[in-house]
Formats: sequence, C-alpha cells, structure tokens
Amino acid sequence: MAEIIIRNLRKEFGAFTAVQGSSFTIRDGEFFMLLGPSGCGKTTTLRMIAGLELPTSGEIFIDGEEVSQKPASQRDIAFVFQMFALYPHMNVRKNISYPLVSQGMPRAAVQAKVAEVARILGIESILDKPVGGLSGGDRQRVALGRAIVRDPKAFLMDEPLGALDAEFREHMAEELRALHDRMKATTVYVTHDQLEAMQMGDKIVIMNHGVVEQFGKPQDIYDHPATLFVADFIGSPSLNTLRFEDTLRPGDTSVSLAGTRVQIPELQAAPSGASLVLGVRPEHIKLTDSGTYRGRIEAVEYLGTTQILTLSAPHGTLRARTPSSQIVKVGETVGLDFTASTLTLFDANTGRALRTAANAGVNHG
Amino acid sequence: MAEVSLHDLSKSFGKTNALASISLTIPDGAFVVLLGPTGAGKTTMLRMIAGLDAPDSGDVLIDGVSVLRDPPAQRDVAMVFQQYSLYPHLSVRDNLAFPLRSPVLNWPEARIKARVQEVAEVLHIAHKLDNKATQLSGGEMQRVSIGRALVRNPRIYLMDEPLSSLDAKLRGELRVELKRIHAELAATFLYVTHDQIEAMTMATHVGVLDQGRLAQFGTPRQIYESPLTTYVATRLGQPRINLLPAHLFPDAPRNAAQIGLRPEHIRLAAPDDGQPATVTRVEHLGDQTRIHLNFQGNSMITLSDIHTSLRAGDAVSVAALTPLWFDANGNRLP
Repeated sequence: MAEIIIRNLRKEFGAFTAVQGSSFTIRDGEFFMLLGPSGCGKTTTLRMIAGLELPTSGEIFIDGEEVSQKPASQRDIAFVFQMFALYPHMNVRKNISYPLVSQGMPRAAVQAKVAEVARILGIESILDKPVGGLSGGDRQRVALGRAIVRDPKAFLMDEPLGALDAEFREHMAEELRALHDRMKATTVYVTHDQLEAMQMGDKIVIMNHGVVEQFGKPQDIYDHPATLFVADFIGSPSLNTLRFEDTLRPGDTSVSLAGTRVQIPELQAAPSGASLVLGVRPEHIKLTDSGTYRGRIEAVEYLGTTQILTLSAPHGTLRARTPSSQIVKVGETVGLDFTASTLTLFDANTGRALRTAANAGVNHG
Repeated sequence: MAEVSLHDLSKSFGKTNALASISLTIPDGAFVVLLGPTGAGKTTMLRMIAGLDAPDSGDVLIDGVSVLRDPPAQRDVAMVFQQYSLYPHLSVRDNLAFPLRSPVLNWPEARIKARVQEVAEVLHIAHKLDNKATQLSGGEMQRVSIGRALVRNPRIYLMDEPLSSLDAKLRGELRVELKRIHAELAATFLYVTHDQIEAMTMATHVGVLDQGRLAQFGTPRQIYESPLTTYVATRLGQPRINLLPAHLFPDAPRNAAQIGLRPEHIRLAAPDDGQPATVTRVEHLGDQTRIHLNFQGNSMITLSDIHTSLRAGDAVSVAALTPLWFDANGNRLP
C-alpha cells in the first residue's frame, strides 16, 4: 500500500529528452494508467518509479519518502513485464516462492503465503506443474503470483497483456482488475491501448513526446479533453474536429459554423486568435430534418445497437454514432445538431482546449 | 459478376473435419462475410471456390455451372490475401498491370494503362502510381494488393482477412473504403474474417462458421437480433451477450435451459422493482458505461447512462427486456 508522488520528473538520454518535467500523484490503492503512443515516455516514467532508470532531475516520493536516487531493491515494489519471465527449470510453486526463499523467509511461512496467493489467482491445481507446458493465461497468472507474493508497496506493470490475442486480453484485463479490487494495492500500469486504459484505470495520465498532456479520471478525460492530441487519442471513432475561423470573447455562448449558429458551453477564456477547432464526439451528433448545418451520408456501419455514419459536411468528413433503429440511407443529406453541453472548443494555434462552463473544473495536466 | 453456390461441400484433413456439408448461396452482387475463429473452416471454403483445394464431396457452382473440374486460372476469380504480396522491385503501376500482362489476355499496352488508371482512382492511389511498392505505407500496400485483384474484373472476389495485419485506425478507414468499392463495382465479394466488427459493418450477408458447419446465414441485423444458437449469439456484440440459467427468470418457457440477454436489453431499476443484483464494477469507456453485476452468483454485464451515479456495492434490480431463450443443446426456442 503506497501513495506515489511524481514531481517535475525529467529524463534525458544524451541529447534526447524522454520525459520532460512530469508531475502527478498516484493515490494509495489506485489502479493508475500511463497511456500514450510508443516513444511518449510512459515506459521510461515507469522505469524511473521502479528504480531501473535514474531521473536526470525531479523527485519520486513513495509513501512520503524520496526515492528517486535509490536502487530498485530498496523501493519495495514489484515489476510485471510484458514478456512473463519465468524460471523455465522450476515448477509453478518454486517460481512463486522464489522471491520469498531468497529473502530467507522460513519454509512454513513460504508454504502458507504461496497457498494464499495461489488461491487468490485460482491456480492451486497447477502448483506442481512445470511452467513449460502452461497456457499463456496461466503463465501470466504465475508471473503475477510471483509479484504479489512479496506483498510489495506497489505493482508496476509494463503492457502485461500486450502479447495476448484480443479475446483473451479482454478476459485477462477483467481478471486483473478484479484481482486489484480484492487486494487494493497501488498499481501503475503502462499501455498504448486507450480502451484498456479506460476500462481498467481509476485514473489516467496521457503522455505525448515526453509531456503529460492530461491527468484525470477516464470519463472526465473523454468528456473534456485538454488538448487536440488527447481528443484524437481517446475514443473510437475519434472526436470530430471542425476547423473554423471566428472572433470569440469570454462570455460567448455560440459560434458561427458555415453560416449556422451553433450553441457552445459559455466561453471563459479568450482565444489567442481567430483559428479555432470545435470538438464533437460522434455520439453527440443528432440527425434532424430541419437543421441548417447539413451533411451527406457517405457510409453506414451497423454495430448492433448503434451504427456509425460517415458524413461529408462543410468542415470535412464527420463520423456520427446513432441508434441503429434510426433508418438512414447512403446518399441522403441530413441536418446535423450538436449537443451543446458536450462540445469542446480548442485554440488551433496552441492545440489546447479553451476554458468553458463545461470543462472549467477539469485538471489540464 | 456472378452467383456462387456451394452444395453439400465437405472436406477433411486427416481426422479433422474442416468443412461438414456446407450448402450456401452467395447472391450476385452480395458482400458475404464468413465469420469464425481460427480453425472454423473459413479459409478452406475460400480455397475450394478459388480451386486451390478440391472438396472430398459436394459441388461448387459459379453462375449455375459446376467449376470443380476447372483449374484456378479458368474459374475467373481473384483472391486477396492477408499478407500483401507485392513485387517489391516494381512500381505500383507495374504491380497493378502485372495480371493484365498475362499472355493469355494479350491486351494492348494502351488498354492496360487505361485500366490501371481507372482502378487506381477507385482505390485513391492514382498519385502513387510511379512509387516503388516498398515506398508505400501499410494501408497503401494493402490497397494495391486489392487493386491487383480489381484490375482483372473477375467474376468473384475472394478476400482472406485482408485487413488483419493493419492497425486499428487504418482498418477502420479501409472498412469504409471496401464497402464503397463494393458498391461502385456492384461485384460479388466473399470475405473471410474473425473480426466481428468487420462482419457487422461491411456484410450484406454474414455466414457464421462453427467447426466446419454453417451455424447461421443472414443479414448482420438478423444474426445480431435473432441468433439461432447460443454460439451464434456470442459471436456478435461487444460486450458479449449474457448467457444465464433460464430458471433464474420467472417467465422462462418450458424447455428453456438458458436465457440470452444483450447488455442493452437489461433494465436497471431501484431495488425491489425486479430481481435483485449487486453492482461489482462500473466501467466508464467514454461513449458507453458498463455495469458489471453479480446476479444470484452469476456475473452479468449491462449498460447504463454515461454519467451514472451507480458504484460498486450498490444494490439494484434487473429486468429482462427482450430475452432470447435457448434449450439444453443451445438451440433457440421460438
């Protein structure tokens, strides 16, 4: 159990800056996701928390103690890698008990602890099997068992499900999350998969080019992205971005899009110029007969309860998610209505969201 | 353009029944998607139609004529594979022209040029015609390999997981593209995949394969809304349909062993307004919020308002809105 505080953490590899001044807090018992595309600095951040890399500058507090320059062995955390590195010549029981035996724990205590961990993971029946013949899922469970058995302050996981196929990954993700709900241990988890991050995380940090773009609860990040990068990275299909020019002032409650007035949440900050981007999630586009902002339906993709429409509109191609009970025809031109309270306005020059009545309370990284 | 019929097609490899008397008609101009996991027999079926494999019994008819004795070249079908096998030393133009330069066709160069241009425009790669194949992105390479099938204007297009090696975003774009190409050509497509999204979004008809048998054939809507078996019911829909013992519900028909409930067909209400359940986890995925429930010892998933106030541990009650009932063999009850 531990709270982890990251303050102004920075890592340079020669001339390349992998992480530039990250700050965020991981509360005790949280399942915390580090999310971003490859090369964004998420794994470097995780390795610095683990002590596998030393930061160039900045601080890492684990339960109030500054550990940034301490070796990994003194931090009492467990690391689970993407490739589950098990000892191939040992059976499951020996693999799990290894960390305890090497700490010099008495045999009876080791036995009891391994039995407890095996029960939590549901692998009691394979304890005496060699690891060679195990399925991918069981190997992953054994690797987790070896991490859990030490009762570390925190778990660090680097894409532990990345090597599994889609259906099985979903199953393991649920299992891992359920395990966390039982143990309540602080977990820091690295992934590039936005759905995995949304599904499993209590909080998410989104990184890009070594910079923290946004930090918060999954739903808040989805509803109120802080930057255009986050808006595009989270959600599938991604947020529609309508680029337009308008002169806006704080207090404005609408924008002009190709001659149509579109209501927005009340603007609370002044944009740097007239180049703006309106962000609309696909499910917040409603089809109307009368609307003056119109689009032509180019494609319809049935998805069961919902369908995805591809529309060509004055601001380019838009994707809308509508109930599949709504009958639409390719080639038809329809009015498009945007749900005002859900819209995000971005400053095209900075790529950052402008503060409005809707996103005022959200942490912008 | 052609209609393809399979009659009682069977094929086994050693002791494995790859195909067990499949009968199926692919209507002229249809986009048929065969959906199934690895080993369901999807690729074997494509190879029989292409002539790359011969069935043990049964018949393959194209436009009403048996083609079993015809070698692949004479069947006039085109196949697109998962791995785009382009000629790396040739330009996009020469890759596309390659099938047309066959001595059998003996086309004049001007005609080949015009046809390549036409196909390149359909695929939106006309501006890349003079690039080397290796200078293209993954999506572009797959477009070229689809293009190589299109130039010949065959009677039927067979596609074996052509999008599965691409990343999610590109796959999404090419799904829409393929559908547009299909509509523009009004051609007959037979497409094989294990990806339910591809099946639902592109197909005019979906064939669900289960261990070499055709479990159901119908429109995506029919398969989703009216599955014939529990197996078919679990193939489409994310999150997956909930399958629970029928006796947990008071209105279960006689003979019912299982109830199938799509997550969106479960109504959540205050306690004592239906059957009691406990929330075990709330997942906010952005565009949907999933509620995991413990329902009398069974786990169950349903959807709720995006910004629900429900939390783990809350007591709720559930009511089934449009239940599907299945017998002990997994067959749907009327």
